[in-house]
This record gives sequence, structure tokens and C-alpha cells, in this order.
Amino acid sequence: MRVLLIEDDRHVADYLRKALGEVGTLTDYAADGREGLLMAASGDYDALILDRMLPGLDGLGILRTLRAAGNQTPVLILSALGEVDDRVEGLRAGGDDYLVKPFAFSELHARLEALLRRGAADAPETRLRIGDLEMDLLKREVTRAGHPIALQPREFRLLEYLLRHAGQVVTRTMLLEQVWDYHFDPQTNIIDVHISRLRGKIDRDFETPLLHTVRGAGYMLRAP
Amino acid sequence: MNPAAVGRRRHELWVRATRVLKSSSFRLALLYMLLLSISVGILLGFIYWSTAGFMDRQTDATIGAEIQGLAEQYRQRGLPGLSTVIQERIARDPAGAGLYLLADADLKPLLGNLDRWPAGFLAADGWIHFRLRNRGPNQAEEHAARGQVFRLRGDLLLLVGRDVRDLEGTRHLILDALTWGLAITAALALLGGWVLSHRVLRRLEAINQISREIMEGDLSRRIPVGGSNDDFDQLAAGLNQMLSRIESLMDGVRQVSDNIAHDLRTPLTRLRTKLELLRAELGDTHPAGATAEETIADAEELLTTFNALLRIARIEAGGRRAAFAPVDLVPLVADLAELYEPVAAERLQQLTFSAPRNAWVIGDRDLLFQALGNLVDNAVKYTPEGGLVDLRLTGTEQDILMEVADSGPGIPAGLRAEVFRRFFRADHSRSTPGSGLGLSLVQAVIQLHGATIELLDNAPGLRVRIRLERGAALATDLPQPNSP
Repeated sequence: MRVLLIEDDRHVADYLRKALGEVGTLTDYAADGREGLLMAASGDYDALILDRMLPGLDGLGILRTLRAAGNQTPVLILSALGEVDDRVEGLRAGGDDYLVKPFAFSELHARLEALLRRGAADAPETRLRIGDLEMDLLKREVTRAGHPIALQPREFRLLEYLLRHAGQVVTRTMLLEQVWDYHFDPQTNIIDVHISRLRGKIDRDFETPLLHTVRGAGYMLRAP
Repeated sequence: MNPAAVGRRRHELWVRATRVLKSSSFRLALLYMLLLSISVGILLGFIYWSTAGFMDRQTDATIGAEIQGLAEQYRQRGLPGLSTVIQERIARDPAGAGLYLLADADLKPLLGNLDRWPAGFLAADGWIHFRLRNRGPNQAEEHAARGQVFRLRGDLLLLVGRDVRDLEGTRHLILDALTWGLAITAALALLGGWVLSHRVLRRLEAINQISREIMEGDLSRRIPVGGSNDDFDQLAAGLNQMLSRIESLMDGVRQVSDNIAHDLRTPLTRLRTKLELLRAELGDTHPAGATAEETIADAEELLTTFNALLRIARIEAGGRRAAFAPVDLVPLVADLAELYEPVAAERLQQLTFSAPRNAWVIGDRDLLFQALGNLVDNAVKYTPEGGLVDLRLTGTEQDILMEVADSGPGIPAGLRAEVFRRFFRADHSRSTPGSGLGLSLVQAVIQLHGATIELLDNAPGLRVRIRLERGAALATDLPQPNSP
């Protein structure tokens, strides 16, 4: 797994490379826009982490150039500009995800994992499964160990997203963006309450829990 | 056209007419018309006096000369001489303007070209004004005549006068011309005033329109300059210079806040990453792990406040409407109700939601969700267990009303304006977690959307009412992909 990091702040870059190394991701590094574009265009990377504000060539410029040349490498944009239209601009330029500084490394890692596995997850599936938990996407039914579980529509979407990212950490912000489709910043832990409801339905009456809380990061659906 | 449309059209015309009538330029035009009419009136009055008056004086002089001639004859040759002269004069010009009548004490005519003594007002100075029957073919007609009466010896009365029919006609002609002149002057002055005030008003309205757009956040707008370099152009140029100055200052502020965002958030990211690495290195069992965790939480709180402040500042700077699009508030508020329902349920609160079929506005979907989310968050947070939280969307023809009501402690009327201030916390809220920035953000979002927000008494509790202008719906009124 190789990732290219284009970031002008050397400290942020150092720590990101170190942290990514610890979770087993090889990281190449470019400190300015021109160098980054050359590396991205020639190298064979699984994903790009791209800062928006760069000396030499602006992050969105790099992105547009790459996309115009037919390069489809997933791109995670990092930015200190956190307003909605900045995000819209970034995604329109061809970015796949957008993360605002300052971010928790766990957030970046979770999003990067989601980007890297996205190609596989997009395949059309009719059934999702983990352990003895099964979801039938056509009949909109969920069973665990053969027992039917009744879910509200939103709980179904929440579980579907967790199942599609089984084994990966999913953050609260990712859930808000992907399951509820809003980019917003709740003042309270509303997502935790929804998770605990879901947990009550799929885990409470069974011996082995499937839905785990990852401390300081988010949640993960994992086979026992 | 149906009656309602006619009524509306009439109302529009009325509004437009009253706006023109109320405009100061129109009032000036009216005053101008008044002053012009008075001056023209004085001028015409003088013309009248000097033409009609001159003719009057000339008639009087003619009568005076005639009397003088007759008086001389009478003095020299007595009554027979006077009679002869009068007869001579009548004979010389039978259809003339000169009128003579000699009568006895009983006003019985003795001699002259009047068949009887005229009825009329005899003034103290001997002048008499009377009506005279036509001596020509058309005997029914009467016209004015004037003369002087003398008493002769033997109680005889002599009237010497003139037929002033032609004079009267000319006087009417002049008077008519002058009246029409005055009326035309007034009409032209009024018309000119209307046109002038309309033009002035249109240019003022253009300036008003632009300043409204600028107040709504579009600082790039400028007032059009006509190119004739008149007072309005100078005003427009002055205002435009002021706007450019404000814009460059605003850009400066934005630049500074962007720089702060970039320059300060980067080291904060670093700080946080370091702390996360530290915690990872310490592992789950190390006693310092808990301290690292707390430090991360502190850093997190600092960053949250910092981010919220920057975000409010950027929204307030306005003009950031790239993400503005038609939004149906119905699925948005339904999502909000659905999102917060479990939190309310945990606090044994009842969260209710009611809405019309659709409620389109033009806005930023995520920012609206954030603002309404903050309000619902507050409502759930401050309402005691077992209370009520009600989300309600209603609409009028022009506006969408969005209400969040709760049965909590409410906000005293005197504090309602204060709560939008940054870092404001009401006494009873100090014990609950929060940054004191939630409502500041709400207000910034409301202002960005040109909407209004009101805090009302829900007796008991608080009712927050947001009024947004209704926007055009998307061409296809299909359910949003994210609606439940």
C-alpha cells in the first residue's frame, strides 16, 4: 500500500508519515506543488493526501491536472479552510474526500482506509455478512443467527454502512456524512445514541458482540 | 384577469403612485409648480391691467373730452346750443359708440339716442354703469355701457356715455387667454415635475437596490455611473470608492482570518498528532495514559472553540454563497427530528414534528442543518426530563416559518438579545456543557440567508422562530435522495 503525501508543512508531514508508518502504510512525500504533481503523475500510488494551500502549485490545480490527464487515484484533500463551499470546490475539482485541519489522525486514517477499499466495496452486492449477522439488501431484511431483527430505515442504512466497512474504523463524522448526508458539527454525542440503539438490537441478546467502540476514534463492526 | 389579480395590480399601482407622491423630489416639483404659477399669475395680472385697464382709461378719457366739449357749448349757448350739438353728433354717426340723453326731472327722455333713462347704479361721482339693449337688428341682446350724469338748470339731467361692447369683448378675450396661459403653465410644471421626480427616483431606487444587495453580503456590487458626471454620478462614484475601500478592508480581514486558520491550525494539528502518538506509545496500561487522554480532550475543546469562532467570523464576513441552492426544509427538518429523537427519548422527552407538503428556500443545506441542529440541541439540553420539544414548519405565501419550541426554563425577555453574543451563557446554563457559541453561529447563518430570528415566550419554555423567504422549487419536485 503506497500513499503520496503532498504537504508543505514539514512537521505535519513528518508526523503523518510516522503515524502512517506505524499503521503499515508506506508514504512518499512531496513538499511543494510542482514536485507533488510530477510524483503523482509518474508514480503508481494507491491514494493521494493533498494539502490545498501549497507553494508552487495550488492543491486544486494539481488535482484538476491529474484528473484531466485521466489519473483516477483516490484523493483525500486536507485543508485549513473549513467552510462548506471550500469543500464543494474541492470535491468538484475531483477530490474523493475532504478533511479540515486540525484533524485527529484516527479520522484521517479511517477516511484513508475507506478510500483505499472503496473500489472493492462498490461492487454490486445483494447480501452483506459478518459472523452470524446477515443483511439482505433486496428484501431489506436483517437476521442474526437466523433470528429476524427489525430495524428502522435509518438504522438499516447505518448498519449497511458499517457492514460495507467491516473491519475498518468508522468515525462519527464519517457516519454523519455518509449515513445522514450532512456535513455538520453536532454539539452533543448524538451518533453515540444511535449506535447504542443499534447495538441494543444486534448485540444485546447475543453472546459475542460485533459492534465495537474504538477509543478516541469511532466504531468498528468486526467478526469475533 | 380574475378579481384578485386586478386587486393586486391596483394595489401595486397605488403603492407605486404613493411612492412617487411621497418622494421629496416630487414635493419639490409641486412647490416649484406653485411658485411658477404664482409668478406667471402676477405677470399675467400685470399684462391684463396694462391692456384692459388702458382701454378703460381711454374710454373714460374720450367721455371726458366729449363732456368738456358739450359743457363749453352749454356755457356759451345755453340749452338750445347743447341740444343742437347733441343732435349734430348723433346725426353724424347714428350707429356710433357715443350715447347721449337729456331728460327731465321725472327721467322722461327729451332728446338723445337712448329711448329711456337706463336703470343702473349711479355712483356719487356721477358715473353710471348700465346695460344697453342692442340698437341693431338683434334687440334681445344686452351689453354694457358707461357714462356720466350731470344735473343742468331747470332740473334737467344729461347723460353722456359710451357703448363699451367692443371693450368688453376684448377684455374677455384677454382674460380667457391669460387664464388658459396660467392653466397650461401649471399643467406643464406638474408634468415636468413628475418626469423629473420619476427620473430622480429611478436613480435613487437603483442606488437603494444595490445597497440592499451589498448589505446582504455581495460586496462586489457597484452603483452604475451614468457618464454625464452630474450630481448623481458624483454620488455614485463617491459611494463606489467607499465600497471599494470597505471591500478591501473586508478582504484584509478575511485574509487575516484565513492566515490565522492556516498558521495557527497547523501547529495545533501538530500538537494533537503528537499527543495521539504519545498516547499510542504509552499503551493502554501506562499510568500516564489517562493524563494523555485528558490532555487530548483539552486540546480538542480548545480546537472546537477556535474552529467555531473562525467559522462564525467567516460566515459573518458574508458573500460566501457558492453552496446556495434550492433546499426543501421539510426533509431537512424531518432528518433533524429523526437524528435527535433518540437523544430526546433518552431524556424521556417527547419530540414532535409537523410540516406542510414542501417548504423550498434558497440556502446552504449544511449550514441550515447546522443552525437548526444547534437550536434543537439546546432545546433538548435545557428541557428537563419528561418535557416537550416541538419542531414546526409552516408557510405563508412569501415566507417559511421554522419554529423550535421547548418546555424548558426559557430565556427572560431582558436577556433575549444577549444570548446571540459570543460566549454568552445564561446563569442556569453554566452547569451544562457548551461553548457559548452555538447561538452566535445560528445568528450568523440566519444573517447569511437574509432571514430573521425571534425568541418568544412559549409559556413555559422558549420558542425560537426563524422566518426565511420562500424560494423557487426545483423544476422537478421529487423527493430528495436523502429523505427517509
